[in-house]
Amino acid sequence: MNVKLIAILLWLPFQAMAQGFAGLGTDAEGFAQPRPDTRLQFPADHGPHPDYRIEWWYLTANLTGPDGTPYGLQWTLFRSALAPRDGQGWDTPQLWMGHAAVTTPDAHYVTERLARGGIGQAGVTAAPFAAWIDDWRMEGPDLDTLRLTASGPDFAYDVGLTAMGPLVLHGQNGYSVKSSAGQASHYYSQPFYQLSGTLTLPEGDIAVTGTAWLDREWSSQPLAQDQTGWDWFSLSFNSGDKLMGFVLRGSSDYTSATWITAEGTTTALPDGAFTAKPLSHHSVAGRMVPVEWRVRLPEKDVDVEIKALNPDAWMATSVPYWEGPVTISGSHDGVGYLEMTGYDD
Amino acid sequence: MTRTIFSALFSHWRRNPLHLITLLAGLALGTALWSGVQAINAEARASYDAAAATLGEGTYAQIVAQDGAAIPQQTYVGLRRAGWLVSPVVEGDLGRVRIVGIDPLTAPRGIGPVSVGGGADLGAFVTGTGQILARADTLAALPETDATVIITPDVAPNTAIVDIGLAQRLLGRAGQIDRLIVLPEQPIKRRPLDTIAPGLIETAPPDSSEVARLTDSFHLNLTAFGLLSFVVGLFIVHGAIGLAFEQRRPMVRTLRALGVPLRRLIWLMAVELATLGLIAGLVGVALGYVVAAALLPDVAATLRGLYGADVSGQLTLRPAWWISGLAIAVGGTAVASAGALWSLARMPLLASAQPRAWVMARQGVALSMLSLTLLMLAGGLAIWGQGLSAGFIMLGALLVGGALALPPLLTLALRFGQARARSPVAQWFWADTRQQVPGLSLALMALLLAMTANVGVSTMVSSFRLTFVGFLDQRLASELYVSATDAAQAERIAAVAMAQGVVVLPILAVDAKVAGQPAEIYGARDHATYRDNWQLLRAVPDAWSVLARGEGVLVNEQLYRRADLDLGTMVPIAPGLELPIVGIYGDYGNPVGQVILNDAVFTRQFPDVTALRFGLRLDPSKVDAFRAALRDQAGVADSAMVDQAVIKAMSLSVFERTFTVTTALNILTLAVAGFAMLMSLLTLAVMRLPQLAPVWALGLPRRRLAALDLLRAVVLAALTGALALPLGLALAWALLAVVNVEAFGWRLPMYLFPMDYLRLGALALLAATLAALWPAWRLSRMPPTQLLGVFRNER
Repeated sequence: MNVKLIAILLWLPFQAMAQGFAGLGTDAEGFAQPRPDTRLQFPADHGPHPDYRIEWWYLTANLTGPDGTPYGLQWTLFRSALAPRDGQGWDTPQLWMGHAAVTTPDAHYVTERLARGGIGQAGVTAAPFAAWIDDWRMEGPDLDTLRLTASGPDFAYDVGLTAMGPLVLHGQNGYSVKSSAGQASHYYSQPFYQLSGTLTLPEGDIAVTGTAWLDREWSSQPLAQDQTGWDWFSLSFNSGDKLMGFVLRGSSDYTSATWITAEGTTTALPDGAFTAKPLSHHSVAGRMVPVEWRVRLPEKDVDVEIKALNPDAWMATSVPYWEGPVTISGSHDGVGYLEMTGYDD
Repeated sequence: MTRTIFSALFSHWRRNPLHLITLLAGLALGTALWSGVQAINAEARASYDAAAATLGEGTYAQIVAQDGAAIPQQTYVGLRRAGWLVSPVVEGDLGRVRIVGIDPLTAPRGIGPVSVGGGADLGAFVTGTGQILARADTLAALPETDATVIITPDVAPNTAIVDIGLAQRLLGRAGQIDRLIVLPEQPIKRRPLDTIAPGLIETAPPDSSEVARLTDSFHLNLTAFGLLSFVVGLFIVHGAIGLAFEQRRPMVRTLRALGVPLRRLIWLMAVELATLGLIAGLVGVALGYVVAAALLPDVAATLRGLYGADVSGQLTLRPAWWISGLAIAVGGTAVASAGALWSLARMPLLASAQPRAWVMARQGVALSMLSLTLLMLAGGLAIWGQGLSAGFIMLGALLVGGALALPPLLTLALRFGQARARSPVAQWFWADTRQQVPGLSLALMALLLAMTANVGVSTMVSSFRLTFVGFLDQRLASELYVSATDAAQAERIAAVAMAQGVVVLPILAVDAKVAGQPAEIYGARDHATYRDNWQLLRAVPDAWSVLARGEGVLVNEQLYRRADLDLGTMVPIAPGLELPIVGIYGDYGNPVGQVILNDAVFTRQFPDVTALRFGLRLDPSKVDAFRAALRDQAGVADSAMVDQAVIKAMSLSVFERTFTVTTALNILTLAVAGFAMLMSLLTLAVMRLPQLAPVWALGLPRRRLAALDLLRAVVLAALTGALALPLGLALAWALLAVVNVEAFGWRLPMYLFPMDYLRLGALALLAATLAALWPAWRLSRMPPTQLLGVFRNER
């Protein structure tokens, strides 16, 4: 069979999230649209929004082993709707995709799962909170206390998460604008997790501790037609402050950022306040990807260099992208995660 | 000037439409035979590939319910949520069409819609009224549904692919799954199957190697036929082109004398021939399509029997096939005309431009030498050659060498006849026949090759059948074969058998490396079943008793050949165990080596291996009752019991089909060769007029001359047939003992089928007679003025 063709057909909806945004940015007929006056309701909004085209539960973590080795961990559940309705059984238009990865300084383990909603193989419930695909789970009594598991052919992990701070709403009360033309999403985070658990790697089990960051986002038309990809940063400084910032690359770049204090109070920063410039590129999976950046936010006196822990953290999934842990140095020190999409070969 | 030359060239065809028709028909028939065989081969292969891709059978392990019932959908979800990467399949018949429901999200890549043509998309496939993907003929046989139908040529025949949800709806099987495909890559930390779903069993990918090897063997037959028909076709094309040039030598001379530059003339003739080749190629491919379409149902039935999977009885037009057919026609024309154009280029302007048959005899010596060289090459390759390609080169050298040897051998035989002749007419007959050999040689070579191919291939197919049926008899000596899922069930099977007084022959096997080759080691119980049925290719005296005492082993032919073993060679079986080979047995179709030990020795050496497969000896009339007992008392699924009679019947019907196909192809090649002869005779009829006219003038009536012509054709065909028989047998030997060994590692014993050869000979004579009939009839009706004309005007 024509694998490539199938893959493209299969992941057309998902492409909006990672790459090849063209063509999908404008066609959202029938799907609900994010509105600035929507007030997020919890715990209900931890659950799925089937009227929207795409949605994700996106957790990244910076970890340390007993010997001080840094690790990165990713657990992501994507929901992609072929039509704006829910439904039981096989003919639901709700499709699910899971990505899990563990990054070490010299290896990157990644695996993917696909499932259809409506039959119980994958889904999310708001309260008690549970998000799952196959045997992968993110669940707990509520979003503050979670157990997170995933497994692949060469790795697995089983970790516990405890939220040490409040939820953070991005943009205007969780309404996050993505382009000057007005494309937007609903976007909130829980960046204050403490994590401890076990990574199972080919060399054996490793006890790890660290911090984790959960992103929740849903939309129907997240990007403008001319936007080809993004570079997204979640940075945790040693001072306790955190910074979420992204650059949407298009005919003209669009940036947005949220400054989060150690207590969880937020400052939404408008287009242009946050800047990120590539410092060096690395060849991975046959394409050049920037793995060192200079990130500046003059308003908060941030001028840092971001460096990938493992420049080969390529997500060789149906829709490929780069995602991995980074270290921060410069005006601030710390760790974080970097996601880069739309770097086609 | 170009136009003028073209019109001169065409005027020849206009005045001799028959020549044009024979040229085109010769080319077209050669192409048709080649492309027909190719089409059958390609179609069958495409069908397997589609079947394998659609069904995931043969590639992936599967999970099914132990009792053969449906698997609840919740069990599937439970397995997924326990980390099992499995993909559900639900199957059933809707009308006459097999509906296969898959889940495109979890199915392994490569399963499912082979290519989603016509703008299909996942959304339309999985949601709404859904889509049905199948071949056009399958869709036509499908009852009306509300789903959108999409023509998808690469789906397996008689199968429709739909989303699993739609399949459940169409088949009325909501919430049910028939089997789960187990993906090859599974996550670590997966819980064992029996703790999640106790009623399910995982089966390894079916060991289709044996069947696949057999179908490969069948395809080798067809490929050999394709090669042979290609050579036959090439000779026919060569003959047709060569004659077309011979006939036009005077015209070429005239054109050149009028001042046409040689270079341009040759160029234009090449263009003309390429055009004719293309036209003939198109007709040939179309004819080949007809041939293939007529034969395909039989081939399909053969392969369905062998492979167990559907091969469509319907032909799909494949671009590769059109192109290869046209390439054969045009390429064959180019090869065939290169020599003719070359000799034309060197033709002295003032030389006799008469197309006289004896002019062609010039190259006789050179060709004899070439033939000898080729035959020696074939012989050398047979002795020292290595590898499959050497085998095929040897086949080619043998065929071409044999064909080139025909004219000198015929001349020899005719000289012998002439020496014995008494009456003047008889002497003239032999001499004239000999003189015609060069002119007819190409057609006769084609006839020779066609007969050779027929003798060779039918010997191969028949030998294959005899051997294989015999092999089935020895291998499937037990009346019933049963597989147990685990040791506990194996014990229950043994208990049921014991209660009913049925002899149980456990099949103990372990994979190992023996003498550096991958091999299976079997433990066999000493039982009359083996002694009575197994025939050893080579053995020491009383080999079975030696085996029973545990003092020797049997090895299969593959291991014997590959590891270069011999009787008496000590074979290391396992650390500390080395036994001599006491016998070698034929093991047709098996890709790997085998060693058979006594079961006591086996159990001592491999204590952990328990027998899960059994051969059961019982009264054939009680098989059904015993199956029922095993099903009810030992919980053996029907699919785990194989009735020997069924397999045998199936195999035999397969071979019957093979014969139908072979016979049809035999007759076709002969028909084509006969046509080549007709063509040559028609051309010669004109050229020979100056030789016949004096004989007529001396008083031999036309009717008599015609009868002699007919007799001449029969004599030549008979002599050709006499040469074809040894050549065909050599070909069969090469296929069985060289190509088969190189391709599959086992040698098929060769059997002779004199009655078949006799029938083939009769058919060849019939073809020759039919070919000579028309020219002879024309001669008998030739107006005397035309014969007289020879004396009046030397053209």
